[in-house]
Amino acid sequence: MSAAVRFEPPATGETVLVVPGMHCAGCMAKVERGLAALPAVHAARVNLTARQVAVSHDPALAPPVLIEALARIGFPAQPRSPELAPPPSAARPLLAPLGVAAFAAMNVMLLSVSIWSGAEGPTRELFHWLSALIGVPAILYAGRVFFVSAWSALRRGRTNMDVPISIGVSLATGLSLYETATGGADAWFDGTLMLLLFLLAGRTLDAAMRDRARAGVDALLRQAAPGALVLGKDGTLAWVAASDLLPGMIMRVAAGERLAADGEIVTGQSRFDNALLTGESIPVSGGPGAAVHAGTLNLDAPVDVRIAAAGQGTTLAEIARLMGAAGQARSRYVRIADRASRLYAPAVHTLAALSFAWWMIQGAGLHQSLVIAIAVLIITCPCALGLAVPVAQVVACGALMRQGVMVKDGSALERLESVDRALLDKTGTLTGGRPVPDPASLAALDPAAAQVALALASHSRHPLSRALIEALTQRGVSAAILDDVVEEAGNGVRGQWQGRTVALRRPEAGTGMATVLDMAGEPARLIGFADRLRPDTPEALAELAELGIASSILSGDNPAAVREVAAIVRLDSRAAASPVDKLAAIRALQDQGHRVLMVGDGLNDGPALAAADASMAPGTASDVGRQAADFVFLGEAFTAVPRTVRAARRTMRVVRQNFVLAIGYNVLAVPLAMAGLVTPLIAAAAMSLSSLIVIANSLRLTGAAK
Amino acid sequence: MTGLVLLIPLALLMGLLGLVAFFWALRNGQFDDFDGAAARILIDEDQPAPAEPRS
Repeated sequence: MSAAVRFEPPATGETVLVVPGMHCAGCMAKVERGLAALPAVHAARVNLTARQVAVSHDPALAPPVLIEALARIGFPAQPRSPELAPPPSAARPLLAPLGVAAFAAMNVMLLSVSIWSGAEGPTRELFHWLSALIGVPAILYAGRVFFVSAWSALRRGRTNMDVPISIGVSLATGLSLYETATGGADAWFDGTLMLLLFLLAGRTLDAAMRDRARAGVDALLRQAAPGALVLGKDGTLAWVAASDLLPGMIMRVAAGERLAADGEIVTGQSRFDNALLTGESIPVSGGPGAAVHAGTLNLDAPVDVRIAAAGQGTTLAEIARLMGAAGQARSRYVRIADRASRLYAPAVHTLAALSFAWWMIQGAGLHQSLVIAIAVLIITCPCALGLAVPVAQVVACGALMRQGVMVKDGSALERLESVDRALLDKTGTLTGGRPVPDPASLAALDPAAAQVALALASHSRHPLSRALIEALTQRGVSAAILDDVVEEAGNGVRGQWQGRTVALRRPEAGTGMATVLDMAGEPARLIGFADRLRPDTPEALAELAELGIASSILSGDNPAAVREVAAIVRLDSRAAASPVDKLAAIRALQDQGHRVLMVGDGLNDGPALAAADASMAPGTASDVGRQAADFVFLGEAFTAVPRTVRAARRTMRVVRQNFVLAIGYNVLAVPLAMAGLVTPLIAAAAMSLSSLIVIANSLRLTGAAK
Repeated sequence: MTGLVLLIPLALLMGLLGLVAFFWALRNGQFDDFDGAAARILIDEDQPAPAEPRS
């Protein structure tokens, strides 16, 4: 079966589906083959980076059929709505200039080597002209990236790394053209192109990292239901898109559907999974009169909801707005490379101007003085400086990724380095974020009871049931065979086992999280659940303290639960904090001059994660949490947090070393250039050497995340 | 000098060929899905035959 065919456009419909659950080659094969097995489907091609599958099919086939087919093989999917088209990639537009610069640099270097080997007279002139022929269009094309950025900075009265680059490149090109036309000895096309090649390589690495960061950025809006079934006055049901919902309408929400708008329950009784809104994994019950929010998941039974607010008025949209505003402070952060170039650019230009003036005073003539000044500019062009930051960061990100920490933003390591204060969310961050059955009460179950409990739990989607399934399966329990199993909303699961009635139900007295296993003729068994601390939390907090980072707990949970955890880990705590409170707490610390690290997972942490100087989220976090955080760590270990801080500090140490190396090279080369001793050969050799040294130094970070 | 007349255009042509191939790949979507390309090599194209074990 050839699933991996490119589409033939005529007479087909094409649908792009977002499939967030794809992670590996196995998933890709399953999705592609599962879809290709449908008779109306011509081909399906997965894009794993974007977590999408493009399907070409008969025009008559409707997307719901495809979604259903994917659901059958275990992949929830959604159609991609037009406004959620993948964001344009930052690295892709750089690939073509990079390719052109590489092509031109190699060919011109080939010609230059012949000139350096002693080509004379007409041969040299021919080679210079050929170099110009390849070099000038390539420089114009590949250098556009820098020219555009430099111009936009200059127009706003600022300067960045691209300003000295652009000036150096254009002057060198102009001079080389002049030398070529007048039959001069030296042309600098090779050095200029090599410079562009190195700089574009650094730029592309940086952009590729940013692209990775933005993958899945549309998660937030996708979580809101795209529409709802609205109950008309005459009792008919009609599908209304989320943007057309109006307050006062009554929508019918089926079990398993996400709410499209905030509202109040009119009829029906069900439980709602608020995990997306608050990070809490325990569903809340709601009957007529209860307020429910957009983005929450209706678990048990269909309900009718009178809409109170829709679209931009919902709680979900409010949090998204808060996050947008909170992230602005961070976007004002100035990257270390740009800070360095603020000092660097004026210094370099002063040196070039000084050497021009000096040689003019010495009576060297306009032409020679200009050549020397331009040589200074070329030799100081921040080639190694442009690689100093991106190479170190890419190597460090690779090291962190192997340790299960995803770095989502290029500047995140820079911001994390200086952090001296940490705020930690409780549920899902310090704790595992999901209830775990008490090992003692599981051990007390006899084998038959364990089998019955597993069988009953497997009929329910309740979080406690799911936790029970996981724990029992891990113990090697296999499910008993049951008859007549029914689930009652908010009450539990009931069934028949060997002629006896068995049930897994809510305990009568509501103390903590627990479930009761009833087997007719035997006393009821209570299975307790608790949201346990991650096993290495105390150790990780001690490491953070050693790094000079003071931590405290900032949670939206109730005070009693927070106090309990705070007592175990011995930290200050603040409970019942709303998203706005968390934001305010971070602002207050920042105003005192602290650099704040926020670690959190829920939607309620979103604004705080966006506002903090650096932020981390566990891989189990809500999509919003993962999206807002700079770092996402996978797995159970909380020691990932101090490990990432250490890696960030080591990375920035190497970045500073790189700056010293790059500037040290200039200190050696600039006097030579000012003395008029630099030829294109020396410039090319010095430039490659300094770049190689910087790259080699960065590669020392391979083990930075150990 | 006569060798150069042949060799230089030849070298340039070959370089240009590489560049054209690169642009073709870029247009053709070869750089669209880095993760997928890395994973795709692990997919077994053939469904395993039930009876005879393959070497």
